[in-house]
Amino acid sequence: MEHEAHNPALLHHFADAQQQKNAASLGMWLFLVTEIMFFGGMFCAYLVYRLAHFNAFAAGSQQLSIWLGATNTAVLIISSVTVVLAVKAAEAGKRKVLVGYLVVTVLLGMTFLVIKGFEYREKFEKHHVPGATFKFTDTFDDNGKQIPVNPKEAELFFSLYFAMTGMHALHMIIGCGLFSVLAVLAWKGHYTPGYFTPIENAGLYWHLVDIIWIYLFPLLYLISRHS
Amino acid sequence: MAGQVDALYIYLLLVAGVMTALIFLAVMALAIKYRRARHPNAEQIEGSTILEIIWSVIPFFVMLTFFIWGAVIYFQERTPPADSTEVYVVAKQWMWKIEHVEGQREINELHVPTGQDIKLIMTSQDVIHSFFVPAFRIKQDVLPGRYTTLWFKATKPGRYHLFCAEYCGTQHSGMGGDIVVMEPRDYAQWMAGGPSAPLQETGKQLFSALGCATCHRFDVQGRGPNLVGLYNTDVLLEDGRMVKADENYVRESILNPTAKIVKGFKPVMPTFQGIVSDEQLNALVAYVKSLTPTGSAELQNQPAASPAQPQKMQVQ
Amino acid sequence: MASTVIPANRAPAPTPKLNYLNNGHTLKSWLLTTDHKRIAILYLISVTVFFFLGGFFAMLIRLELLTPQGDLMQADTYNKVFTMHGMIMVFFFLIPVVPAVLGNFLVPIMIGAKDLAFPRINLLSWYLYIIGGILISHVMLTGGVDTGWTFYTPFSTEYTNTKIVEAGLAVFIAGFSSIFTGLNFIVTIHRMRAPGLTWDRLPLFIWSNYATSLVMVLGTPVVAITIVLVAVERLFHLGIFDPRLGGDPLLFQHLFWFYSHPAVYIMILPSMGVVSELIACFARKRVFGYKFVALSSVAIAVFGFLVWAHHMFVAGISLYAAMIFSFLSFSVGVPSAVKVFNWTATLYKGSISYATPMLYAFGFIGLFTMGGLTGLMLATIGIDVHVTDTYFVVAHFHYVMVGGVLMGYLGGLHFWWPKMTGRMYPEAWAKLSALLVFVGFNLTFFPQFILGYVGMPRRYWQYPPEFQALNVLSTAGASILAAGYLLPMIYFVWSLRYGKIADANPWAAAGLEWKTTSPPPTFNFDETPVVTWEAYNYDEIPAWERRAPVAR
Repeated sequence: MEHEAHNPALLHHFADAQQQKNAASLGMWLFLVTEIMFFGGMFCAYLVYRLAHFNAFAAGSQQLSIWLGATNTAVLIISSVTVVLAVKAAEAGKRKVLVGYLVVTVLLGMTFLVIKGFEYREKFEKHHVPGATFKFTDTFDDNGKQIPVNPKEAELFFSLYFAMTGMHALHMIIGCGLFSVLAVLAWKGHYTPGYFTPIENAGLYWHLVDIIWIYLFPLLYLISRHS
Repeated sequence: MAGQVDALYIYLLLVAGVMTALIFLAVMALAIKYRRARHPNAEQIEGSTILEIIWSVIPFFVMLTFFIWGAVIYFQERTPPADSTEVYVVAKQWMWKIEHVEGQREINELHVPTGQDIKLIMTSQDVIHSFFVPAFRIKQDVLPGRYTTLWFKATKPGRYHLFCAEYCGTQHSGMGGDIVVMEPRDYAQWMAGGPSAPLQETGKQLFSALGCATCHRFDVQGRGPNLVGLYNTDVLLEDGRMVKADENYVRESILNPTAKIVKGFKPVMPTFQGIVSDEQLNALVAYVKSLTPTGSAELQNQPAASPAQPQKMQVQ
Repeated sequence: MASTVIPANRAPAPTPKLNYLNNGHTLKSWLLTTDHKRIAILYLISVTVFFFLGGFFAMLIRLELLTPQGDLMQADTYNKVFTMHGMIMVFFFLIPVVPAVLGNFLVPIMIGAKDLAFPRINLLSWYLYIIGGILISHVMLTGGVDTGWTFYTPFSTEYTNTKIVEAGLAVFIAGFSSIFTGLNFIVTIHRMRAPGLTWDRLPLFIWSNYATSLVMVLGTPVVAITIVLVAVERLFHLGIFDPRLGGDPLLFQHLFWFYSHPAVYIMILPSMGVVSELIACFARKRVFGYKFVALSSVAIAVFGFLVWAHHMFVAGISLYAAMIFSFLSFSVGVPSAVKVFNWTATLYKGSISYATPMLYAFGFIGLFTMGGLTGLMLATIGIDVHVTDTYFVVAHFHYVMVGGVLMGYLGGLHFWWPKMTGRMYPEAWAKLSALLVFVGFNLTFFPQFILGYVGMPRRYWQYPPEFQALNVLSTAGASILAAGYLLPMIYFVWSLRYGKIADANPWAAAGLEWKTTSPPPTFNFDETPVVTWEAYNYDEIPAWERRAPVAR
């Protein structure tokens, strides 16, 4: 069996580079579908309980910092732009630009996590962390009318808040790790215009994590917010 | 009802039996007739769309008969007759606590008269259990935090197994008992033997002792809605929703008053979660259900003139 | 890579010296392999270990149930035994067995590829399975879990003090093994088919595994998040399923069954694919209604996602929801029935022989029919109210999972054993085992239908004396069944050294896997095949191929 010259990244069980790229792409899309189903379970729980305990959810939501949440949303959207630009740079063979955008993406991801950390700390200080220390005396501000809520139901809101944003943050951490590794490999010249599939697929992952946040933000932060 | 379930079962068994026999016989007959020794050359047959349609559509219609008959029985099983005698059941690990409205209490046994519709109103103190009486062909899971219902009419006196049918821990298989069905005469005798206040009497005492009467008055409009004639009517809430005041509503209003605020009232009722037990809740629910506008003995001890109209909304 | 057209009737190649089994003898070459065939063998060994472990627990259950009193072990122990039996059998045997053993081995070869799309992820799948297996074994050794494999809340979150979180972690990790296998199969089947192998030329085993993989990929993440929520509630006392905190125990059941119902289709679909292959080969003809059988697999996968609440008819769901789910549950029966009818029709004007794999295929058809019909009885709500949570349900699911999945697996294992190992199993012993399995199985589980209808609830450590006779019959059957399962263990291992050497195509079967050597070389084919023929082209396989396997 003679060995034709080929891109060192081509794995031997594939017929050709195109097949490998198509396979990797389909594989990543399928993985993203599993992530959607995974988060879907929590969205389902959220849906059920929000319908059952709207007032408490609204009261809890109003205790979240809408500015920090909005800032984080902007940070993530910008990071998705940098991801797209990184892919384009890879396609164009611009190594340094590629590395630059990958690094910026990681930094933006870390910014998101730091802001999240501040939010969590604030929740901790206000005793809004579910469990033994939970205390909730705030009301649902319904256009000026203060409606008291059952603190247990508010605790349910915060349980879902921490579960959903926590799981999301875990995926962000993984994403930052992934992109850091890619940045190092890109610096070493692993990616060429002929082969930059990992950048593309990692980009897909990052975009999904971003989209999940874009759903989380209004569902958690914007319940019954009036100007 | 049990007879109907058995009739349906026999029908299903027949259909399944015929189907199974047909398949078994077909496979055996074909396997023998076309065995290699006799039939060395196979004939390649692609298929037959007509056959596929036939053997998809016909089974589907047969299945429809299963569905319809089963759904009819189920609908009857889930619709207790309006005049059923109610019995409260509280399940806990690992026993059944029964409370008759007349006040009789039982553990792991339920005495009922023949010919009477019995509706069980059940809840659990801890985990999910399931009330299963094989002889009556009925079963219903019993959940913590809400009521589920089950009804039956016993026709033959005797003792019938009661099992817990939802795994609930160590003594799940020991959580059994009996449904004791008696002729009405014997049942009345059994009922009479044993001093116990009717459930709604207990409820009335609790209503007073816990201070409910302070706000839920029957003579004038108090801080809380008048509960006379409330049960089973539709209630308009603050947020515009219309809900039915059934057992679950009454129970929830005691444990979680801010969940549903009646229109025109303020959310000032304290919660009684942790203060009342499940049995006490049952008594209170029974009492509220007994508050009918016409000739209720309970109201005679209340001061002043006519009982206030139910659902009369007065803004404070 | 050069590729040539391989004619449909080319004579099989002689067994070469170097194949995937002897291509590297070190432990490292096995534990770090990326060869899908070696990974399949790794799975074969581990899945068999868990099967016998689960079977051991089954024996303990049946022994305890010989007498009405609980006299062999304490109630708590019994509760742990049936829980571990269920968890191991469901998550560590039934879900992976056919895809990870037969699927891993055959999917690439059947489509003419050199390996799966992601060989390293395939190896990762196996390691995840092993890690999950180690965790669940640790749980067993340090006290076990007693919630039933369905771990309903609030019992599992607030009341039991057994190792729920660790067991949940084990299942979570094993679930990812399943997800990655499914992902691998979907990408492989979509992107790596040999030239000329269009979708309508694919073997039905591939169609089944494809449909199964769709379910694995879409359903498993939901049980994963459910486990996470249960663990979080247990560890941090959050009120997600606790009614005292505003939660709803029924939400757990919905989330759990949303996966666990499609999960049973993960179990049965690949086995159905095996049966299609067996019937075609041993009747020497193309499966009747190929297109319908192929699409019925996909239909089962899709409809399987719409019926989960038929496990909850008496759980406290609304009357109307129950009726809808009952109706939908019947719809899933139609494609399954279509398969059974098509297999039966395939026998018509076939040329039928009775090798062991075919006996298992016959057994599957009969027992799956019975299991499936009792499933329709359960879908009938009026009946379900009476028999749910009784031994009727236990009998139903054992009929489809053991009478169905396991028989299909055993049939496939016997069928492809020569391809995987290069050796034939002893036919007489194999036929005896098949008979023991069939008889033992029916004796074990048929009485349980009756037990259930007369009212014996499931998960009962002790029971009223009037149920004893049927329980004794059931236990007697179980000992025969156990013998039927132990025999293959022995003769398969025996065959590795003393079995007749098999050539490339001992069954004269159609399919690309039979066009390469037994065992295949590491990269499956010496040249990439180019497919110009339809599946099951039994009319083109010449007479000279029909001979008994030659000893060398």
